[in-house]
Amino acid sequence: MSDLTDLYQEVIFDHNKRPRNFGKLFEPNRFAKGFNPLCGDRITLYLNVDDGVIRDVSFEGQGCAISTASASLLTETLKGKTEAEAHELFKDFHAMITTDDAQPTEAMGKLEVMSGVREFPARVKCATLAWHTLEAALKNEQDSVSTE
Amino acid sequence: MTAATLTKQQAATGYDLVRVREDFPILKELIHGKPLVYLDNAATSQKPWSVINAERDYYTHLNANIHRGVHDLSQRATDAFEGARNKARQFINARKNEEVIFVRGATEAINLVATSYGRSKLKAGDEIIVSEMEHHSNIVPWQMACEATGAVLRVIPISDSGELDMDAYAKLLNERTKIVAITHVANALGSITPLKKITAMAHAAGAIVLVDGAQAAPHVKIDVQDLDADFYALSGHKIYGPTGIGILYGKEALLEAMPPYQGGGDMIRTVSFKKTTYNTLPYKFEAGTPFIAGGIGLGAAIDYLNELGLDAIAVHEHDLLLYTTEQAKSIPGLKIIGTARDKASVFSFTLAGVHPHDIGTILDHEGIAIRTGHHCAMPVMERLGIPATARASFGLYNTHGEVDALFDGIRKVQKVFA
Repeated sequence: MSDLTDLYQEVIFDHNKRPRNFGKLFEPNRFAKGFNPLCGDRITLYLNVDDGVIRDVSFEGQGCAISTASASLLTETLKGKTEAEAHELFKDFHAMITTDDAQPTEAMGKLEVMSGVREFPARVKCATLAWHTLEAALKNEQDSVSTE
Repeated sequence: MTAATLTKQQAATGYDLVRVREDFPILKELIHGKPLVYLDNAATSQKPWSVINAERDYYTHLNANIHRGVHDLSQRATDAFEGARNKARQFINARKNEEVIFVRGATEAINLVATSYGRSKLKAGDEIIVSEMEHHSNIVPWQMACEATGAVLRVIPISDSGELDMDAYAKLLNERTKIVAITHVANALGSITPLKKITAMAHAAGAIVLVDGAQAAPHVKIDVQDLDADFYALSGHKIYGPTGIGILYGKEALLEAMPPYQGGGDMIRTVSFKKTTYNTLPYKFEAGTPFIAGGIGLGAAIDYLNELGLDAIAVHEHDLLLYTTEQAKSIPGLKIIGTARDKASVFSFTLAGVHPHDIGTILDHEGIAIRTGHHCAMPVMERLGIPATARASFGLYNTHGEVDALFDGIRKVQKVFA
């Protein structure tokens, strides 16, 4: 049986209350908007990508504790990563929160605290909203992406 | 809750809640190891044994196609299905069974009217009026009809409490207004609209009125003649009947003049490559084999409601809503969304500092099922400046003890998020 404390870990509450890298970057060269039509969560992700490396990243928006913390943790993890590494991270992150046997990789760092989402299928889309938005931002697709 | 609590309520309202709860087998389910507290009745209601048995009995003893067999079984199935239509007619007080069309639900009923009536009657520049607190199913079909015909959609604004701005409505009505499509009970807020006034004003302007009654049917006694509604849409699954079956009521003269919605078997009189002629009402709008078991199940649900008495149900649910509204005062940071004076048993709310989705997950772990999100009414959320709400909606089997459980759960949410 799923346990609430697996989902709502202290790190998640912390990032929900004090989201890191919150606000618009001064001069982003990539951005995208994400929307979860099921719960109304909205997010805008701003990136500065230079030579295939994510130099800076921030986000704005409103959402539940899981989507806010996930976006905040994403911004912390991505700085300094290459685009290819970011794609790889999303793949591993998605596997971690949707499959039972996928273990968190070393590159994930703090993202591991999101692994409890696995027991809450209804919340997977909350946790992945920022990541879907990242994919769109890397492609510089400025139309709103949707989790549906 | 204890039996003693139930008995007290029973004495207070004359309503046999213990027996009622026995009628609904699902209420014995455990969710995360706790007794199910089902407060998502506005999304769909649970089914009593009589409805479950009616469907099973149909497949066990009556299953045959209707309106076409010469054999006895087909006749029995036809009688049962048409018997259900008659029950539905009485339930909404339509004049004739010909005015009662079986559809998949309120959504299909509205699409039928928007397509058949809308596209054949509307022309460029005509106007359709909806309200700001409609469910998407009473917005999108009209937008599609506008796109097809060049008609224009106009919107009646609502107040902060969730009441229609009737002065604005009066100003919107004009000689170009052809259709007013309006909810009877708003799904996200619970507001009950002043329908008699709305229909009278529309008729005076020469427009017809479609009422979305999906949320009203379980709470309010419906009399389409008294309301003078031209069309009335409802879903079986919100009134303790099966999913996938619903009713479209339409005034006979309007239905007669409308082209068919879908073509196929049962809706025709004769078919030839030269000219096909259509069947009489209501069959003109019932192409293909319908959900026969569902229709019969809906009939059983109507019998069940009649047996309990719609008035007694309304008193019980209103009492639950008052109790809930009172309890809400003890929760700091709780804001009730939708405070119309005339309101059905829908309790939509937000909690300071906690997103509705998180409320929903934590309550679920207490066995409490509520809805969170925009409730398929995104324009309402936009109007009120909130992304989402948490919504508890009460049905005829809910108890005061379950309301207490809801507030214990809300206090737990606040503790977790403190």
